[in-house]
Amino acid sequence: MDIYEKQMTGIYKKSDYPDYKIPSGCAVFGILNQSGATFSGSDIIEGIAMMHDRANGLGGGFAAYGIYPDYKNDRAFHVIFDDINSKKQAEEIFKNYYKILYYEEIPTRQTLNISNAPLIYRYFVKLKEGSAADGFISVNPAKNRFGSDFSEENFTADFVMKVNSDVSGTYIISSGKDMGIFKGVGFPEDIGEFFRLDEYKAYLWTSHGRFPTNSPGWWGGAHPFGLLGWSVVHNGEISSYGRNQRFVDSFGYKCSLSVDTEVITYLFDLLVRKNNISIEIVSLILASPLWEQIERMPEADRQLAKTLRILFGGALINGPFSIIVGHNDFMYALNDRVKLRPMVAARKDDFLYVSSEESAIRKVCVSPDRVWHPEGGMPVIGFVKNSGSKNNNRQGSISDNILKGAI
Amino acid sequence: MKKIYIKEEYCIGCRLCEIYCQVKHSKSKKILKAFREEQDIISRVLVEEIGHNSFAIQCRHCVDAPCVDACISGAMTKNENTGVVNCDENKCVGCWSCIMVCPYGVIKRDISAKRAASKCDFCEDEKIPVCVKNCPNEALKFSDTDDSDSNAENYTDADNNPGADSDNYNEVDAE
Amino acid sequence: MALKLRQSEFEIKRDEGKCIHCEVCVRQCSNDSHEFDEDAKIVSSDDANCVGCHRCEALCPTGAIKITAKEPEFKSNYNWSASHIKNIYKQADSGGVILTGMGSDKPHTIYWDHLLFNAAQVTNPSIDPLREPMEVKTFIGGKPDKVDIVKKDGNFKLKTKISPHLELSTPIMFSAMSYGSISLNACKSLASAAASFGTYYNTGEGGLHKDLYKYAENTIVQVASGRFGVDIDYLSRAAAIEIKIGQGAKPGIGGHLPGEKVTKDISSTRMIPEGTDAISPAPHHDIYSIEDLAQLIAALKEATDYTKPVGVKVSAVHNIAPIASGIVRAGADYIAIDGFRGGTGAAPQAIRDNVGIPIELALAAVDQRLREEGIRHRASIIVAGSVRSSSDVIKAIALGADAVYIGTAALIALGCHLCQKCYTGKCNWGIATQDPYLTKRLNPEIGSKRLAGLLRAWSLEIKEMLGGAGINAIESLRGNKEHIRGLDLNDRELKILGIKHAGEAW
Repeated sequence: MDIYEKQMTGIYKKSDYPDYKIPSGCAVFGILNQSGATFSGSDIIEGIAMMHDRANGLGGGFAAYGIYPDYKNDRAFHVIFDDINSKKQAEEIFKNYYKILYYEEIPTRQTLNISNAPLIYRYFVKLKEGSAADGFISVNPAKNRFGSDFSEENFTADFVMKVNSDVSGTYIISSGKDMGIFKGVGFPEDIGEFFRLDEYKAYLWTSHGRFPTNSPGWWGGAHPFGLLGWSVVHNGEISSYGRNQRFVDSFGYKCSLSVDTEVITYLFDLLVRKNNISIEIVSLILASPLWEQIERMPEADRQLAKTLRILFGGALINGPFSIIVGHNDFMYALNDRVKLRPMVAARKDDFLYVSSEESAIRKVCVSPDRVWHPEGGMPVIGFVKNSGSKNNNRQGSISDNILKGAI
Repeated sequence: MKKIYIKEEYCIGCRLCEIYCQVKHSKSKKILKAFREEQDIISRVLVEEIGHNSFAIQCRHCVDAPCVDACISGAMTKNENTGVVNCDENKCVGCWSCIMVCPYGVIKRDISAKRAASKCDFCEDEKIPVCVKNCPNEALKFSDTDDSDSNAENYTDADNNPGADSDNYNEVDAE
Repeated sequence: MALKLRQSEFEIKRDEGKCIHCEVCVRQCSNDSHEFDEDAKIVSSDDANCVGCHRCEALCPTGAIKITAKEPEFKSNYNWSASHIKNIYKQADSGGVILTGMGSDKPHTIYWDHLLFNAAQVTNPSIDPLREPMEVKTFIGGKPDKVDIVKKDGNFKLKTKISPHLELSTPIMFSAMSYGSISLNACKSLASAAASFGTYYNTGEGGLHKDLYKYAENTIVQVASGRFGVDIDYLSRAAAIEIKIGQGAKPGIGGHLPGEKVTKDISSTRMIPEGTDAISPAPHHDIYSIEDLAQLIAALKEATDYTKPVGVKVSAVHNIAPIASGIVRAGADYIAIDGFRGGTGAAPQAIRDNVGIPIELALAAVDQRLREEGIRHRASIIVAGSVRSSSDVIKAIALGADAVYIGTAALIALGCHLCQKCYTGKCNWGIATQDPYLTKRLNPEIGSKRLAGLLRAWSLEIKEMLGGAGINAIESLRGNKEHIRGLDLNDRELKILGIKHAGEAW
């Protein structure tokens, strides 16, 4: 599409968008090939299309991992711009800190039901040597309780949040390596068609169809939400949002994208990456077992579960939710502890499927080896073998008692 | 066996137990009518007071009741089944022997009718005796069990209660 | 010769048609307002000393007595109210400080009544607490800056050492009320109810009486400026230690126990002479600055081997935010803030009614400041100062508190009628007195049941409201201001409280 033409269409800018939160009702679906073998996006599109009625056409999106083999070790920023001026301004800022290896507009095809798209570009970048917070990013030292180690990841996370909240008209919607988020206003199958996702190959796909209870508009408000390598799709409403948002804020995470799901992304980054809590036990914090369940656990488990719950009350996510979290090394799915939203999981050979409805799984995989409904608070985790990650060496452990074969 | 236990540490000396006992044993059974129109209704329960110590005491329905032994006309009898020591006022001749031998001093003279009166009868037709029910501070407690001593409550003995006879105050009767 | 106006505020109305002259009221009134005339054999009343405690009214078997408030005797004057005029008469007569009891009764804004709670609908299901799990268990204590979890032999283990915590079955505790200001029976009621319900009570600055030793696990002991009763046994017995810097009813001055209430038992528990006024010093004479407080906290922790939480209680004053920040940095495991409406057994009326700020504003300011400084996790916040109902509790938690202390509410459950005459020691309900004739009136068995009943009722109501908002664990409500909206508040107040106005969405 012509850039000039894009500018003339009345796209909904974030600044026109009211500054309140929109709860999400919806559909989620994720497919992982645990051997790391990549496959086309047509499966994920077929699956999410099966759940068409769970969405209302006001938001759809995908996250894909393993799609940029040529730039495997560099950051890929997917960015939405309100207009050409925002793009120019943003590029100047990017160049101050990152070396832009390559950039282009994300290729799209004309799709009947998708219109008024903003400018959507991708940049493959590398952090410049000696990049430092020179005032553009000033992290309140009081919020930096994990020490002031400079790392590319910490810097990039702060950078992305700063751009999203303070640089007008620019929204970095994904900032991982060898992964990307594609989303917008429309039914997810149309969004998938629009972004030509059938042409991409990834080993992990997640997707989301949205049913927001608010006026239409902003492309950045669709799911998934991403920070660094994390992507989150979410069906539910977070009644503890105020608490969670203040909790992550005290560690320097700014929520600025008008959707409560954003805070879940930051909770994962905070707990798993920064605080080094293994992904296997983070459900003890995010969807803590009930006190009466904790009392019945064996001694060692009980100490751990009780202490984590006491210390991290601010990270407990209350309210109904089904989430699928994507990461370069695993796919992670979780329900709230009293299971107020649906979630089904299935396996066939190397494939792991997680979905709001079984129909979506059956559409893509006619006869899975195993289908099950995870309990509330019990995660489903699929690790990518040979990913070299520390999360990979899992033996029979305390987590088996807690997770009861979720992996 | 019915028993009323006394908790003198909670008695506030208000004498509401006496008032309600009087109403219960009046002719009209209505508080205003009883106090206005009837004369000298005698309360079966009496509040003893010294300084700030007080407690309400009524007939203890002793296992080995001295008043039954002393009664010359056979008006005082002990019902073997319920354990209640009762006075048949029609048989009473007013000799006051029971009053003299009662170790607790809970029998009173009904001067006008010239006979002994005011034997506590546990308010026969009430589920809980009215003195217990109306005590505002639960200083009286009632129990009605078959085995007499196993649920006996511990309460303070005469050390804390200068108004009583020291030896006989303990309610728990040996069987 | 001095002219004295009869200054009673209450009128005793006796219905002659119902009075049976049984003398119960005569016996029950400690202010000698009723009298039995032996000759005429009738009971008569004199309003002069009536304090409006309603004891006689409650116990009258025929309901013949009614205590009503009397109209003020002066020509109506908005500026010179009756209370101002009477106070001047009293002070001209006596040259003394006017004392009063309980919390401030002035008509300032009550912010709890301007806050509205949320409920979940359509997009989020509300939860039914009678059928679904609903958790209100609360922990008080400081959290570490960072948590280290290691995996060894396939097991996850928490490496970081966690400081001691109190475990509460409900976010409500009994506020500090000293043995001395209240009777031993009242203390026993509080301790027993706390033990049976699974929460804590506070000894206040009266020391710990030996009859209460059996409730040690549920006792928070106070180290106040007078250091009454403080020795190593006192500290070792406690579940937690609280340094009392101030209380909401009288910021800036120390506790005050009038001599009338210092009996033999009090004298031995507090270690002071019988019959003398026990006036605690205004400051702790070893805490003149924040570093001195840090030293005392460290000393108390050292003395108890770091096994008990050590907290600090302060009044809500103008600079409460930086004060709280200092306290947290000094190492306190919790900070208890007492708002200006807090109760007391005795305080100068001028200070009770004019010094301090409302707890709602103090709480919002402290929570905000601690979060800005990145230290909110290091200490829990407990609030007090007129928490009157379960809805006040839930609003306090939504504004950022971890738990609340209730004082006046607990005494009302025991029978208090808020006549504000606690300092006389003649409490007819047996609560704020040491007169053995009066203290008998509070039966601790009954008192304990009533307090436990109060806690149970409020906990159920809290669960209902939580469930209504779609939350099933109370930690998700703490500081969650999205669930509170203001009503009839100006912009400034909304900003200080950190909430939106009713009608505004997310």
